[in-house]
Amino acid sequence: MTLTGYSRADGRKGIRNLVAVAYLVECAHHVARQIVNPTPEHAHLIGFPGCFPNAYAQKIMERLCTHPNVGAVLLVSLGCESFDRYQLERITAQSGRPVRTLVIQNDGGTRATIDAGRAWVAEQAAILQGAEQVPLALSDLTIGTVCGGSDGTSGITGNPAAGLAFDRLVAEGATCIFEETGELIGCEGIMASRAATPELAIELRASVEKAARYYATLGYGSFAAGNADGGLTTIEEKSLGAYMKSGQSQISGLIKPGDIPPRGGLYLMDVVPDGEVRFGFPNISDNAEIVEMMASGAHMTLFVTGRGSVVGSALAPVIKIAANPHMYDRLSEDMDINAGRILTGAASLTQIGDEIFDAVIATASGQPTKSEALGHTEFILTYKSFEPLGPACLPL
Amino acid sequence: MTVQTDPRLLLLSPDDNVFVLRGAIDAGEVIMVAGAEVHISRRLGLGHKIAARFIASGEKIIKYGAPIGSTFCDIAPGAHVHLHNLASDYTPTHSLTESHASHDAAMKGSAT
Repeated sequence: MTLTGYSRADGRKGIRNLVAVAYLVECAHHVARQIVNPTPEHAHLIGFPGCFPNAYAQKIMERLCTHPNVGAVLLVSLGCESFDRYQLERITAQSGRPVRTLVIQNDGGTRATIDAGRAWVAEQAAILQGAEQVPLALSDLTIGTVCGGSDGTSGITGNPAAGLAFDRLVAEGATCIFEETGELIGCEGIMASRAATPELAIELRASVEKAARYYATLGYGSFAAGNADGGLTTIEEKSLGAYMKSGQSQISGLIKPGDIPPRGGLYLMDVVPDGEVRFGFPNISDNAEIVEMMASGAHMTLFVTGRGSVVGSALAPVIKIAANPHMYDRLSEDMDINAGRILTGAASLTQIGDEIFDAVIATASGQPTKSEALGHTEFILTYKSFEPLGPACLPL
Repeated sequence: MTVQTDPRLLLLSPDDNVFVLRGAIDAGEVIMVAGAEVHISRRLGLGHKIAARFIASGEKIIKYGAPIGSTFCDIAPGAHVHLHNLASDYTPTHSLTESHASHDAAMKGSAT
């Protein structure tokens, strides 16, 4: 199959061609949602709820408004929030995308802003639908992976199968991202041994040690009550299962949310903030992690779940991999892949890995995933603070 | 020489001291664990762990060939390994087990 995508001025290519509608403070959320509501297949809602400025949130929003799956951007501001809408509009315009800002306080309030926004989205969606496509190679793709609602099956079926798919994708030159250093606690030693350079090994280990300190201060690990019901006892156990998603490839680099990997390979995303503990838990739920990988360019996300998460995402499709065969039976309409067949003996790990690889290609070709077809467009972005990457983190 | 073990039990790595359940085991079942009969007193769900041998208090539990925490009491061969005998060496585990149990008790009480 020859894949095609949407060409962007920065050289990247999109697998979707969406209008992003972004609220810049919670006070503009309702208006932005009403703008998107009539055309959910063409326009997706993203946004930042806070009224205090935050460099991380600014960077993530800039990356998302210039994400390869985004063809046009509508910013919805209340008018008095601290978010720098001028910079966001400028950066989006410089990326070659049509962009418009509506300011509710200047544009006639709720109803008038909704009407203006809907008209602009309809106009842009019509243009985007007729856009020309260009050939797309697997090496043009960036794929993220998360696990959510993990149980004792995740680490023995879905996660290692996703790891096999990652190995094939990395071999094809794709960029693959795994993350949640707080869910790699206990794996720092084995992970560091896969680093491309000794200096990167030190950075990988340090990122997990930082996560362990951060979560220890908060008093909770990255471990939900449902994880224990599903047979997982400790964060180390959950970590080792989660770590399987990374496959066997060499680790090329360490990135932070919004950093775009310079070339193909496998990257660890350090999602735990730098400095003293501020703003609460690093990622308050799974979609925060998906959003961060999108900000680093992920076209789609492989999501392994044992308990049965049903989420999708705005902007970038989510491929749902069921690790638990019983959960699959209950939630099959939500699941793209049944990796639970490994436990029942109906499929091998390699077969499921190949199914995931094939699903990546089908999704890149435009076929909607289950969560996408069901209209899932979850999105969450909160406060964080990061220092820039160290010099040893990226490949030369 | 193979030591007989119930086919529902999975040893993920040769160094492991726990088996992972690839299917649920019901209360009252008698299963083979490393050649010995073990009576299962409580239903154990898919993905849970049982001890592959006697494990002393303070030992590490090994799964995937790597430590996943330390035990805080002795564990008999075939016994369920979970929050009641295993703790993280990093951060404590949060569960709703106690709240769930007291909720069920309270709801039962209010219904009568």
